[in-house]
Formats: sequence, C-alpha cells, structure tokens
Amino acid sequence: MRPMTIAGLAVLGLLIVLPFGLKGYGIYILSLWIVYSIAAMGLNLTLGYAGQVSLAQAAFLGIGAYTTALLMKAGYPFFVGFGLSAGICFGVGLILGYPALRVQHHFLAFVTLGFNALVWLVFRNEEWLTGGTYGLMGFSRPSFFGVSTNNPVVFYFFSLALFLLLAFVLWWIVRSPWGRAFQALRENPIRANSLGVDVRRMTLLAFAIGSAYGGMAGSLFAPLVEFIDPQSFMLDTSLMLLLMVIVGGSGHFFGPILGALLVILLPEWLRFTEGLYLIIYASLVIVLLAVCPSGLLGLYERTAAAVRARSSDRRESAGGSAP
Amino acid sequence: MAEFFQLLVSGLATGSIYALAAVGFTLLWQASKVINFAQGEFVMLPAFFILIGTQVLGWNFIVALLFALICTLVLLGYFFKRVIIDPMLPHGVLPIVIATIALGIVMRDSVKEFYSAEAQPFPAVFSEETVSVFGAVISVQDIAILITSLAAITLLQVFLTRTRTGRCMQATAQNRAVAEILGVNVKRMILYTFLINAALALMASVLISPIYLAKFSNGQSIGLIAFIAAIVGGFNQVRGALVGGLLIGVIDNLSAAYISAEYRTAFPLILLIIIILVRPQGLLGTAEERTV
Repeated sequence: MRPMTIAGLAVLGLLIVLPFGLKGYGIYILSLWIVYSIAAMGLNLTLGYAGQVSLAQAAFLGIGAYTTALLMKAGYPFFVGFGLSAGICFGVGLILGYPALRVQHHFLAFVTLGFNALVWLVFRNEEWLTGGTYGLMGFSRPSFFGVSTNNPVVFYFFSLALFLLLAFVLWWIVRSPWGRAFQALRENPIRANSLGVDVRRMTLLAFAIGSAYGGMAGSLFAPLVEFIDPQSFMLDTSLMLLLMVIVGGSGHFFGPILGALLVILLPEWLRFTEGLYLIIYASLVIVLLAVCPSGLLGLYERTAAAVRARSSDRRESAGGSAP
Repeated sequence: MAEFFQLLVSGLATGSIYALAAVGFTLLWQASKVINFAQGEFVMLPAFFILIGTQVLGWNFIVALLFALICTLVLLGYFFKRVIIDPMLPHGVLPIVIATIALGIVMRDSVKEFYSAEAQPFPAVFSEETVSVFGAVISVQDIAILITSLAAITLLQVFLTRTRTGRCMQATAQNRAVAEILGVNVKRMILYTFLINAALALMASVLISPIYLAKFSNGQSIGLIAFIAAIVGGFNQVRGALVGGLLIGVIDNLSAAYISAEYRTAFPLILLIIIILVRPQGLLGTAEERTV
C-alpha cells in the first residue's frame, strides 16, 4: 500500500472515532470542515485541475443553501433540495463560464467576482424570498428512515457519508479520461489542444462541476447551521475557499481537505491574536506562494523527494567507500 | 433634464477617477502580465497615508500629501514589485492573481485593525460649492475632478507616445525580448510602470475619498469597477480604460437614479457580461492573440 492510502485510512478511522470524544462545539467545527471541504474540493477541480480562478464559490454555496432551506421550509425532503442545488449550480456554472471562457483565462476570475457580488445583492434585496438581512431559519434537519439527524453526531456522520461519496465521485472524475484531459490542459493548454482535447469545453465542464460541488456543500451548510443570511456568502468567503485550495495544494486530491482544516482550525488557534488573524493568514499565503506555489502538499512532496535523493546519495557514497 | 445633466456630470467625475485606477491596471498588465487584484486596495490605502499625516502626526495637508506620495511610491510601487511580484513571476499568472488577492486582504484588514474600522472624513481638495448652469446644480468639485483626471491621463498618454522613456516603456509592453535586444533597459521600464501605477492610485485615492469617505472596505468596489472599466474599454489600451471608466461612472449614476438604487452595483456587472459576449476585446481594444 502507498503511504498516501495508509494515511487516508488512518484519517478516516480518526474521523469515525473523533466525534465521540468531542463536545458539541467540536462536532460542529468538524461538520463545518466537511462542508467547506466539499466546496473546496469542487474549487480544486476548477483551479487545480483546469487552471481557472473562480471567485464565486461562496455564491454557489449560497445558492445551494437558500435552495435547500426554501424547499425544506416548503416541506420537501432534503434530497430534493440537494439534487436541485447541484443542478442549478451546474447550470449557472455553464451559463457563467461560457462567455467568460471564450476570451482569456483570467476573464473567468472577473466574471465570477462580479457574479458573487450580484448574487449577494439578490440575497440581501429580495426579502420576500430570502428574508433579506434577517436571513432564513425554521427549517429542521433532515431525517431518514425515521432517524432524525437532529443529534449533532448523527448529522456529522450523515455529512461524512455524503462527503465520502462526493470525494469518491471526484476521485473517479480525476482518474477518468476526462480528468486526464483536465490535467493535460492545465499543464500545457496548447499541447492538450493539439492532442485533440477540446480545451474550452473541458474547462467549462470542470468549472460547472466545481460549481455544483459548491451548491451541494451549501445544501449541507443550511441544515448544519440552521440559520442562513447573506453575510455567509460574501466575496470574503469565496476568497477564503480559494485560499484553502491554494494552501492545501491545488491540483492535489487531498490538498483542499487539508487547506479547509487549516482555515477552520487556524482562527481557533490564533484566537489570541484577535483581529490580526486574517492578516497573518494572508501573509502566510503570500510567503507560501513565493516559496512553493503548489501548496503544503507540494512542499511535502518536494521535501520528501529531496530527502529520498539525499539518502540514496548517501547510500551510493557509502557503497563506494566500502571495500 | 436638469437632473439628468447633474447626474451626467457627477457620473463623469467619479467615472474619471475609476479611469485612473483602470489605466494603472492596464499598464501593469501590458508591461509585466500582472493582474493586480489588489488594485482597489491600492486606491483605498493612500488616503490613510494622508490621514496618518494630518491626524496622527499633525502635519498640514500638503506635507501629508508628499508623505503619502513617498509611501505610495515606495510601498505600492517599489516594494510591491520587488517583494510580491518578482518572486512570483516565474510561477506564472495564477500565483500572482492569488498573491494579489491575499495582499488585498492584508491591506484591508491592516487598515481596519491599525487605523479604524469606521469611515473617516477626508478633506476635500477642491471647493465644495455648487454653480448653476441652465438650471442644473453642478458641483465645482466634480468639474475639477474631471479636469484633473483627464489632464493626468492626457499627460500620461503624451509621456508614453512622445518621450523616449515612454516609447521604451511601450516597446517593453509590446515585445519584451525585442525591446531588450534593441537596448531598452526592460527592468527599469517595468519598474517605472509600477511607480506610475502607484502614483495614479494615490491620485484616485485623493480624489475619491472626499466623496465616499476613507474606509478600509472601499477597495473591493473600486477594484471591481476598475476591472470592469478596463475590460469594457479594452484591456490593451490606455484610451480604452478611460472610456470604460467614464462609461461605468455615468451608467452607475443614471441607473441608480432611474432604474433601481438597490441594484446599483449590478448594472456595471451586466454591462461587463454584455461586453464579454458581444465584443470581448473591449470597446476600443484590438483583438489579442488568444492565450487559450
């Protein structure tokens, strides 16, 4: 077994045992991490595999959250909202990405930046639908086969199960010929194009799938937090999600999950710095980018490779000196 | 009609300030393929350098302005290039985009933490009186802002096309390798571009802060509008950024008054999407080679 697989299984074991040793707030943080991980995984497909900057992941999170909350308030079961959130975000992603990707790669960043601002305005202004700045509440957590997820631990396992399912689907996408095409066009778009990869279509698809993951994360976010308001889906959240992917290591499968963990835990660790938290965090990101643009996992891989090279050097030199 | 004229003039005035930010933005892009996502914060920050001078250190406005000019050129021009951009350039466009986003966060939160989270009143550079023209009440400040920014952009254009240094900068922007072969000091030209961008940001900051007050969060909307202005006008043209800025200023004002104040910020975004669909190179731009 590869060390990554072993580490993955160990983390999974920890994730199953951990909630039993934690109090309410710890379980909440852990569930929040899972939700953000799903959104960041989707963004990783857009950013890390297709090389596009999307600054609207929070908007998709919001669309998913409001869709699910409104449908659950109207009495529909959770999975109707969940499916619809994914569908709407996928569609919006296609509509948004199509014009932007016609031009130049960085245009998607501007268009999504604008889109996030626009969606936030709609959440805030359309009070009849979204409750405006007062937000939405009064939707209960879903229940399945008579088991209510009102208990935080049950909801946590429910989120974990969905997370594992979505992670598996993403893993399959990345491994499939599709995913190979995504990677090919990130590494060298011109070469990918000449090898017959329809660059525009693949990029658009990656963005739309990434957006759908944002929608599904939002769909889980609503019943987890049980109260949603426009504030949670501002541009700042999009920036946070983007930094999660970058810090963890964009283009690495586990990168965004690690990044999300850091972004969720860092405010807890850096609580003593009070308002300085964001400044410290953003500065660290700049340093990390200058040193190693492929994020923490990239840094780990590079260090591991260097250590391996050095130890094999030593072995060779030792072998040379022996009689 | 009088009301329309008033809105038009004040729209042109704020639009010309957006144009200053947009011009700097396009210059940076042309010279070194840097997309500065912190451009809005670049406009927000110099006002606080001046406020530090006038309020904390008790200087008069002119001294504070000089102090701000030095701070802006050193921090947002020289250090921005040397500390943030130069180490990132070999890694490509994407890390620069993300690093400037992170830089924007650092600047925004630093002002919020170390200066104030409240909007600060900012001394007006020009008279705040109004004059009446054919029944329309026009603010002297708006006219002065419009003239100042247009003069600055015209001067810049003259500098770029008529002086030797300006032409060297253009050569660098067009084809770096060839410029270098022809003996242009490419590195210095790129540094000049960063300094000009910083100076334009200071100017925009001094002009816009009396209108919108100086606040840490101003950068987000200014930055977004500067991007839109640059794209609408044409990403590879100084003139384009000017036209884009003015157009957005007017559209913003008129739509807020006649269509919907709540969705004011949405109209420039809709314009952006229309432009990208219909004329992706921008109104005055020339089509660039597609970079896939």
